[in-house]
Amino acid sequence: MARDRTITCKVNGRAYEKSVPVRQSLADFLRDTLSLTGTHLGCEHGVCGACTVLMNGRSVRSCLTLAVQADETDIVTIEGLRSDSGEWHQIQKSFHENFGLQCGYCTPGFLITAIELLEENPDPTENEVREALSGNICRCSGYSAIVTAVMAAARDMLELQKT
Amino acid sequence: MKAPWFEYQAPRTLEEGLETLRDAGEDGRVLSGGQSLMPMLNMRIAAPTHLVDINRIDALNHLTVESDTLRLGALVRHADVLRSKSIREGWSLLAEATTQIAHIAIRNRGTVCGSISHNDPAAEHPGVLAAYDGTVVIASTEGTREVSAEEFSDGMMSTILEPGEMVIEVRYPRPAPGAGQAFVEYARRLGDFAIAGVAAILEVRNGTCERARLTIVGMGDGPFRATGAENILTGETLDASTSAELFAAASAKVMDEVDPAEDVHASSGYRRHLAGVLTKRALITAFARTGGV
Repeated sequence: MARDRTITCKVNGRAYEKSVPVRQSLADFLRDTLSLTGTHLGCEHGVCGACTVLMNGRSVRSCLTLAVQADETDIVTIEGLRSDSGEWHQIQKSFHENFGLQCGYCTPGFLITAIELLEENPDPTENEVREALSGNICRCSGYSAIVTAVMAAARDMLELQKT
Repeated sequence: MKAPWFEYQAPRTLEEGLETLRDAGEDGRVLSGGQSLMPMLNMRIAAPTHLVDINRIDALNHLTVESDTLRLGALVRHADVLRSKSIREGWSLLAEATTQIAHIAIRNRGTVCGSISHNDPAAEHPGVLAAYDGTVVIASTEGTREVSAEEFSDGMMSTILEPGEMVIEVRYPRPAPGAGQAFVEYARRLGDFAIAGVAAILEVRNGTCERARLTIVGMGDGPFRATGAENILTGETLDASTSAELFAAASAKVMDEVDPAEDVHASSGYRRHLAGVLTKRALITAFARTGGV
C-alpha cells in the first residue's frame, strides 16, 4: 500500500495540497514540508506542549497528530497569529510587554493554549489560567510572568471589545 | 522519536472500518484520539502493522442522553464530556473525573472509549465506568456483543478485545434519583496520571444505604472494584451519626483488599495508604451530595 497520501488543508489561511508520508507527524509536516518552524518540538510524546497548534479551532498536540489526519482541516500556528497588516496578536503583545518569555522555546505552545482559553473564557481567574497552562512546560521556569501576561492579555482584549 | 511505518486507512463508515480491522488481523490497531497510541508509536513501544483511523466515521460521534442511560460513541472526546450539561447534572462523577484527565489539548483529542480500550491502570475512565456498572459495546464484522465494564478489563493494559474487534460505545446507567457521586484522586501534579483515585456512588433512601459502588484506580491491574467495602455499607443505616464509623470501616477494608503495584511513582505501601484515605474522602463527598429522596 502507498506510503504517501495527498492531503489538502488550510494553514494560517493559506490552502495547501501536499503529499505526506502516512507516519509523518503534523509537527514535522508543518516544520519540514511547509517550513513553518515556529512550531517547536520538545518531547515528541505529548507531555511538554511546545508543539501545540489549533486544528479546527481546538488546541492539539501536533506531535501526536498525524499529518494525514490534518486532511480537510484548518490549522493555525504561531506564524498565523499576526494580523494581515502584520500587527501582533494581543497575546503576543502582552507576552512581550510582561516578559512572558525567556528563551522562547515553549512560547508558541503557550500562546496557542492561551488563545483557546481566552476564546472559551474571556475573563479567567488566575487559577483558571494556571490550570489551562498546566499542560505546557517552560524549561526556563518563567511561569509567573507567563501567567501575568495571559491575565493582562485578557484584560486588554476585554477593554478592546468595549471600545 | 518518530513513529515506525504502518499501513494507514481512514474509513468513513463503521462497516468499512470493521472490515479494514478484520483484514488487518493480529497487528491491526484502532487509532481514535491517539493520545496514548501516538506516544507509544513515537517511542517505538508499539509497532502495529496497520492503523485503522476511525476519526472520520461520523456514526461513532454520538453523545446520547436517554432517560436511564448515557451512551458515548467511540469518538466522544474528554472535552465533549466536559461540555455536556446533562453529564454534569446526571453523571457528575464522570464529569468530575474527566476534569482531572491531562490537559486541554489532550482532552480535545483523547476519547473515552479509547481510554477504556487502553485500560491503563492509572486512567480514570475504566474505573468510572465500572463504578456506574456500565457496559462496553464491542463490534466486529461478526456482529456486536455487550459486556460489563468489569468483564471487559483483563488486567494491566489488557482487555478481552479480540483481533478484529473494537469498542464502538460505552453505556452508563443513570444512578437512582438523589444518589451521591464523587471522584477523588491524587497525582503529583495537576493533569498527571493518578497515583491513586477512587470513584464512589452512594444511593441512600430513608436513611438506609441501599446501594454502594466503589472502584479504585492506580493499583496496578485494571480498576479494582471494592466489593468488600461496598458490602460494609450496603443495607446499613447511613446518617450523620453513623457515617464516620462506617466510612472508616470501608476505608480499612479497602486497604486490606487492594494489592497495589510498586513503580517509580509510588511504593505499594504508599498506594495502599492513598487508597484508604481517598476512599474515605470519596465516601464523605458522595454522602454530602446525596439528598432529595
